[in-house]
Amino acid sequence: MVAETNSNTISITLRVWRQAGPDAPGKFVDYPAANLSTHMSFLEMLDVVNDGLTLKGEEPIAFAHDCREGICGTCSCTINGKAHGPGHGVATCQIYMRAFRDGEVIVVEPFRAKAFPLVKDLVVDRSAFDRIIQAGGFISVRTGAAPDANSIPVPKTDADLAMDAAACIGCGACVAACKNASAMLFVAAKVSQLGLLPQGQPERDSRVLAMVNTMDALGFGSCTNQYECSAACPKTISHDFIARLNRDYLKASVRSAFKPVSSAAGGSG
Amino acid sequence: MNLAGSIFGSTIGRKIIIAATGVILIGFVIGHLVGNLQIFEEADRLNGYGAFLHQLGPLLWVARIVLLGSVILHIWAATVLTLENHAARQIKYGVKHTIQATLASRMMRWTGVVVLAFLLYHLAHFTLGFTSVATYKENLPLYTMVGDYRVAGFLAVKSGTQVLDVRSMVILGFQQPVVALFYIVAVGLLSFHLLHGADSLFQTFGWRSQKWAGALRKLVIVFCAIYFLGNLAIPGAVLLGKIPVAEPARAAARP
Ligand code: HEM
Ligand code: FES
Repeated sequence: MVAETNSNTISITLRVWRQAGPDAPGKFVDYPAANLSTHMSFLEMLDVVNDGLTLKGEEPIAFAHDCREGICGTCSCTINGKAHGPGHGVATCQIYMRAFRDGEVIVVEPFRAKAFPLVKDLVVDRSAFDRIIQAGGFISVRTGAAPDANSIPVPKTDADLAMDAAACIGCGACVAACKNASAMLFVAAKVSQLGLLPQGQPERDSRVLAMVNTMDALGFGSCTNQYECSAACPKTISHDFIARLNRDYLKASVRSAFKPVSSAAGGSG
Repeated sequence: MNLAGSIFGSTIGRKIIIAATGVILIGFVIGHLVGNLQIFEEADRLNGYGAFLHQLGPLLWVARIVLLGSVILHIWAATVLTLENHAARQIKYGVKHTIQATLASRMMRWTGVVVLAFLLYHLAHFTLGFTSVATYKENLPLYTMVGDYRVAGFLAVKSGTQVLDVRSMVILGFQQPVVALFYIVAVGLLSFHLLHGADSLFQTFGWRSQKWAGALRKLVIVFCAIYFLGNLAIPGAVLLGKIPVAEPARAAARP
């Protein structure tokens, strides 16, 4: 038997933020979109709207996307005020038109944060995250041939937690959703994924201090413990990691203030 | 960075300042409430307690300085962070959406400001005597202790001692409905401030996790409810006429 098709079509009005460039004035523009299959993904809907715009000789809507399967973290926009739209634990590219009502006005905006300057329309520059990662630096591991399995014991619970943190795809939804445009969930995930494992211990203190200082210097806000970030995260990363980050940061601050430094390290005599 | 730099100069450090001063202030408001509830006992209790606190002399000043310092640091850190947070999102969203942030958490700045305004008024009223001058403790007849006031078994204020009649001051103050109402609204908003704050501080210190976050939430709700009801009881009982004031004080307060 052939599978029953339950494809419906809906018509919506897309209200999109249009801005030609970082310094150009921006505004919302309405685009009616009719007869959209509810099986279409949200990004496919944007493709369809853009095809229409191109045919009319208008500038298509610039939006960021890459993998379209929820693993790269490129697709960044808010849909009806919510980072990554109406789903839970999914990115914008995994939102389907069946999540919307016929006749709905769908408001699409870029992620709003001073640290994510707007490039064009819905595209923002999230390289601030890269700078935080760079500040985190390297970890001291032996390179060369693959080590024997289990040569470094890692408790299963720690490994699992570290994997939860490592699920972060760096999409920036936490910043977009946070009332203060804070990057705490991102930094917490990146700090914890290494801090939880033995391989991450040698640089643990310097890493958390450097990453937090860079986060602050880039103009992200601070955490008010409202947990909008974890609720918007497409990988449902827990704000428990933020508690861990706070603790790690405080301990590292105290330790680095009192830890003795080798007199040889200074090099002056 | 040195320790002071990483505490005062970073966002996480300043949150820790808010949380640490918040703990001190919570400790104070609990102690303050428990002390004040002695108003429901005989007049010796609250008046003896007041006299005892003043006998502490330098210790009282240490406590006052710690509290004042906490309030200043708390407000300083909250203000700096709030300004930074506004700067971090200069262009606002066209559609504002909240997924799960509680109302209490979104009102912190407002509840905080009202609590500050109340705090200043409260000090002007009961500590400094700038308002309600006629019923200020120093302008009321002295109260003579009927019995001994003991703290943890030790004699603090001897029977027969003449002390300030703080109990009458409080009662006469709350007999003015506007004063009582402001007090009730302010402690209501303080309880609301703590509905987020007392929970949030565990996250800031890094002690909170999903394993017990639910239990913590319930604990905080119960604490805030008890704190509010305890505070409501004092002006409430005065307004309902359940705590009459001694005649000499009433006569003195009459204009
Ligand atoms: C007796 C008075 C007060 C007490 C007991 C108190 C207690 C607290 C506590 C426990 C926190 C939570 C700290 C954390 O998130 O880790 C907090 C946060 C805060 N308080 Fe207060 N506070 C008081 C007065 C004030 C005043 C007067 C203001 C402002 C003028 C204020 C503004 C704030 C702000 C803005 C926050 C941060 C909220 C957030 O991070 O979401 N508070 N307070
Ligand atoms: S496009 Fe890669 S996560 Fe959405």
